[in-house]
Amino acid sequence: MANTLDRLVDQVRENRIWRSIFRSGSGESNLRRSLFVQQNVFLHLFSVKARKRTLEFSATWYLGALTFGTFLILVITGILLMLYYHPSVPQAYADMKDLQFVVSSGVFLRNLHRWSAHAMVFLVFAHMFKVFYRGAYRPPREFNWVIGVVLLLMTLLLSYTGYLLPWDQLAFWAVTVGSNIASAVPVIGAKMRFLMLGGTAVNANALLRFYVLHCVVLPLAAIVFIAIHFWRIRKDGGIYPGESPAEGGAK
Amino acid sequence: MSDPKDFVAVVDSDVRKTPRRIAFITKRTSPQVHVKDEERVMTYPEVFFRTAVAIEVLTILLVIISLRWNAPLEGLADPMHTPNPAKAPWYFLGLQELLHYFPPVVAGVLIPGLVVMALIVIPYFNINVEAEGLWLRDKAKRLRIFGIVVVLFCIFLAVFDVWVALVPTLIVAAFMLLAAQTPPQTTRGFRGWLASKPLSFWIMTWFLFELVVLTAIGTFFRGPGWSWVWPWRT
Repeated sequence: MANTLDRLVDQVRENRIWRSIFRSGSGESNLRRSLFVQQNVFLHLFSVKARKRTLEFSATWYLGALTFGTFLILVITGILLMLYYHPSVPQAYADMKDLQFVVSSGVFLRNLHRWSAHAMVFLVFAHMFKVFYRGAYRPPREFNWVIGVVLLLMTLLLSYTGYLLPWDQLAFWAVTVGSNIASAVPVIGAKMRFLMLGGTAVNANALLRFYVLHCVVLPLAAIVFIAIHFWRIRKDGGIYPGESPAEGGAK
Repeated sequence: MSDPKDFVAVVDSDVRKTPRRIAFITKRTSPQVHVKDEERVMTYPEVFFRTAVAIEVLTILLVIISLRWNAPLEGLADPMHTPNPAKAPWYFLGLQELLHYFPPVVAGVLIPGLVVMALIVIPYFNINVEAEGLWLRDKAKRLRIFGIVVVLFCIFLAVFDVWVALVPTLIVAAFMLLAAQTPPQTTRGFRGWLASKPLSFWIMTWFLFELVVLTAIGTFFRGPGWSWVWPWRT
């Protein structure tokens, strides 16, 4: 049975149409495994081989991978939530109530999006501290650390802009508190706050701006920076292997 | 490459595992090239498989949480009724706690700005890259500077009544002093571990400690009018 299945899979992989899309072909050779990664526009961000040591759980706790996992969950649940959401006042709040009482699994969808968002903020911080305490920021990885700091800020902004969207008391006042901080910036503070909110207070314009930032601008920017972040791992010599006796001149 | 003595040529002949390669190792090459050939695995399927399992476990966990606990939803937004206290999202509550002590331009702009700047420049300072134990050299001089900085900073915190930030500072400072008192030949155990830690480790640990303490206080210990409350009494 398993053999028949394997042969079937191989046949599909050897198929002319399949080969025109995925060029790596069939077989279990390391060459094919390399081509699988190399010849895929998304996977070629990663190196073909990895040091076995860097895959130990203790090396990374898989925090970067898990952060990316929450990002994937957030994109999927976020797109589904967008189908039920209007960024207008007070319809936005009515949509929350619809998610609660009308939409099938609406509550679950919103729960998963919100808890994943909290998890992502937490995991980004955890990832940063883990990288720091391992010393993985050191050259040649210093610029990837900087990209990581940018991604931390983007995660905070994504979470913050999403916080307003339910348009309930919690959302409104949390964003009011946050936007008041922005107005403390010397000279341009009030102007910055006006630009951010589209007015002098948190209102329908602010909701629309936060919606556009949350659903379009910031996710796209985050995807670009995540891609660079992953690609730089390969370019900087793979995941930091840590100090070991094998590394003669590391110190 | 003008001076031929500037490099050595190495031929790796293990052609079954890796293609033949010739490495030119100049004197200025980064220390990475000194790494011996070590065991490697194919990214596909090994790395992708492990990553997928990790993400799946996380997803299952988040699904269970989402089935068990509902996301908060309060009444319709009402600009006329300010809740007391009005709190920012949890990851900003450390900053909001600082806003309670300092003017907004300090707590809301200067401090977060400096934190971001400090995070960005970490890998660009050789002192962080070399990561030598803080007390291994110039101990007397460094102790003097350390003492002055800590005392001035504590006075500053006390003047603004920021006792919640003062306590973690003093705890970290105590551990730094413990590390300084450790005899230099100690390399084992907790104290040996402490003594090997560089300045960047101490600053980051202090930052992490403050971050956790301030966020926890802002989240759990602040009630109406940002007054102190005990979470178990409400």
